Amino acid sequence: MTTANPSNVVLDINNLVVGLGRKADAHRIIDDLSLQVHEGETLCLVGESGSGKSVTSLTVMGLQQKGTLVPSGGSVKLVGEELLTATDRRLRQLRATRMAMIFQEPMTALNPVVPVGRQIDEVLRAHTDLDSRARRQKILAMMEHVRLPDVERIFSSYPHRLSGGQRQRIMIAMALVLEPKLLIADEPTTALDVTTQKQILALIRDLQRDHGTAVLFITHDMGVVAEIADRVAVMRHGRLVEAGPLQDVLRNPKMDYTRNLLSSVPSLVPRAPRPETSEPVVLEANELSKVYRERSLYGKAREVAAASNVTLTLRKGRTLGIVGESGSGKSTVARCIVRLIDPTSGGVRLAGREISDLSRRLLQPHRQKIQIIFQDPYRSLNPRVTVGESIAEGPINYGMPRKDALVRARELLELVHLPPDAISRYPHQFSGGQRQRIAIARALALDPDVLVADEAVSALDVSVQAQVLDLLDEIQRRLGIALLFITHDLRVAAQICDDVAVMQRGRVVEQGPAAEVLTNPQQAYTRALLEAAPGRGWDFANFRPVSEGIVATA
Amino acid sequence: MLGYLLRRILAAIPVMGVVALFVFLLLRLTPGDPAAILAGDNATPEQLDRIRTSLGLNEPIYIQFYTWVAKLLHGDLGVSLISNKPILEMIGPRLEPSISVALATIILSILVAVPLGVIAAWKHGTWIDRFVMGLSVLGFSVPVFVIGYVLIQVFAIDLRWVPVQGFKSISAGFGPFFERIILPTCTLSFIYVALIARMTRASMLDVLGEDYVRTARAKGIGEAGVLLRHALRNAAVPVITVIGSGFALLISGVVVTESVFNLPGIGRLTVDAVLARDYPVIQAMILLTSGIYVGVNLLIDVAYTLLDPRIRY
Repeated sequence: MTTANPSNVVLDINNLVVGLGRKADAHRIIDDLSLQVHEGETLCLVGESGSGKSVTSLTVMGLQQKGTLVPSGGSVKLVGEELLTATDRRLRQLRATRMAMIFQEPMTALNPVVPVGRQIDEVLRAHTDLDSRARRQKILAMMEHVRLPDVERIFSSYPHRLSGGQRQRIMIAMALVLEPKLLIADEPTTALDVTTQKQILALIRDLQRDHGTAVLFITHDMGVVAEIADRVAVMRHGRLVEAGPLQDVLRNPKMDYTRNLLSSVPSLVPRAPRPETSEPVVLEANELSKVYRERSLYGKAREVAAASNVTLTLRKGRTLGIVGESGSGKSTVARCIVRLIDPTSGGVRLAGREISDLSRRLLQPHRQKIQIIFQDPYRSLNPRVTVGESIAEGPINYGMPRKDALVRARELLELVHLPPDAISRYPHQFSGGQRQRIAIARALALDPDVLVADEAVSALDVSVQAQVLDLLDEIQRRLGIALLFITHDLRVAAQICDDVAVMQRGRVVEQGPAAEVLTNPQQAYTRALLEAAPGRGWDFANFRPVSEGIVATA
Repeated sequence: MLGYLLRRILAAIPVMGVVALFVFLLLRLTPGDPAAILAGDNATPEQLDRIRTSLGLNEPIYIQFYTWVAKLLHGDLGVSLISNKPILEMIGPRLEPSISVALATIILSILVAVPLGVIAAWKHGTWIDRFVMGLSVLGFSVPVFVIGYVLIQVFAIDLRWVPVQGFKSISAGFGPFFERIILPTCTLSFIYVALIARMTRASMLDVLGEDYVRTARAKGIGEAGVLLRHALRNAAVPVITVIGSGFALLISGVVVTESVFNLPGIGRLTVDAVLARDYPVIQAMILLTSGIYVGVNLLIDVAYTLLDPRIRY
């Protein structure tokens, strides 16, 4: 499919420079970037956060923050037409007709107060002379084309009535209704569950094949790259690291950065199982259930079971993973176990003591035995409190003298590989990965028996993710802590868990040793999850498809 | 929708009940004998007795409350202690000036402030934005009576375009009505323009940073469509809240303006009643004001559900 025929170049970026502000010596967000996307081709633009991949796409569309992000050099040509010097009016004409874009967050990308059909209709009204009946027919046809069910109903639905996957289909329908030459997809599946992601990726592929669209696909996920790319371009710090056909980049990456990036992708093949232990059980959940009741003054009460009859066992020094898609109840279970919310029924035994029915006050001495780390390190640390105070606050609450607590905070920072002077600094002075280390140090400050990690590495770039996972592993070996690891990412689960429990709609559908559940799943749902994991055919860290690895080791 | 309205109106009943109870207790809980308070300092024992019997003060307190509420429901707000006139008759003619000026002020303020706020947010950080915000600070900080007197000096005395003060009912013709409410309306509008413009700008700034505004731009629709169809409607909820509570305040809280322009409105009626300790009138005014507040809040809530489909009813 990749023909370097210069005549069918749709997007041609040459030596693009985008600076932060108008000054000549402004910091360069994009520095001398050149890349081409051809008709019918998917170019995956890969990079970690801050690499400039989103700025590149917004600059092409002319949607970058005016006055802040200023293109100061190079050229961006769409089917031969220069975009950097085009007028606002011309850019508006080109949007949706020649180039269209879909975004990461389908939940927020649609206007909540306008029915989705009308939102697609706006594109047609802005760019065509069709009458309202013709427009409606075209929209309904397009909605069927992106495989939406019951299109008449969805046409007049507001966005909040639709699922994430349905909203992304609406976005795709909106982007492609006028058959643009170029589709820019900025992390379009990152916010979606794997099974939905698989469908959306297939949809983009099919539409591209039918219409010959050029796709600039931005992602941080190597799995997605392996699924959809014809060619790959790797970016870092606003510069192009390397570019080439998919197979070349995955098998023979030329640059160290690309090699590191690929090596950091956790393998779907579970790590070698650790021997079973007869260490004491530190955490047990027995038929744990959480039911939410929505009461209304006059109407009938509604009940939603967020978790039902969840039974889990965790031994000292072991890691138990809870995996599942969004809404499966995995976070609810974690929060019930830590008693951040109160379970409706069932029991939680922590170090042999039943804690599910203790009052807040009686629970207090048990709290320190179980600690939690949250997903988003940018929001889980108080921005106005120094790192040292954040870490020391727990021990001080439990009666440790302030001075000793700060000494302990210093030791913990060392344990999580942060410099001791971090103690007097504030969270905003640290990167995401460093903040998550701080969050881990804070949790460890109370010497817990159990550490609950709720999607603790999901917001991190793969290279940082790998470091944090290593750190958790190291801490577990040194302190013998038990880890309850909640994740939607099967790759991560495969690399850190001894046992896994797969959850769906509030229930545990399959449970057992990670090596068994993830290689020989017994339940259809677990199989579907594994099937949907993007790039499951690739062993990225060894630069080869999984099948070749099996042959090599056989 | 109709069911929702009905439920909301039903829910307003207990609120008004609590207000009525409070207003009733206000007089009973004031230290001393209510009859003595009502009769004044130089009353004879016979006069006190008469007042007690006429107010039913010898009955048990729950019977008193019951009779009082029953009268209220029949539209009997009681009799003024000063003028001896039924309070309903005193309030009636004073509603027109107050409501006219309040409505006119809100309409004028919205017409001026919403576009100003939208433009300021759109041109965020430019001189237009700073100019609008400067105007807003001015509107907040200049006292109402100063604006009132300046307007009178310029438009009524120097230019002689409109009368200095007074009020003519709309039944006497639109011209005389309009030329007498235009100055008080402009005077009051200053502060509401400042308030609403600020709120609109802040709310628009939030919304303009939303993903769906970026989506709208990516569709290639014009700036006007982006601003009005996509941004303003989403920004409207906090603005409506400010407008609604502003209106409720306007009805009862415009004493200074009514004094400056010699308007016979309910603000002055209230102040006169307070100064004269005319308790039945004070009670009636509290009830009226609360009623307006509850009513306006009901309208605001209905407006929310119309503006935002996510708010369920």
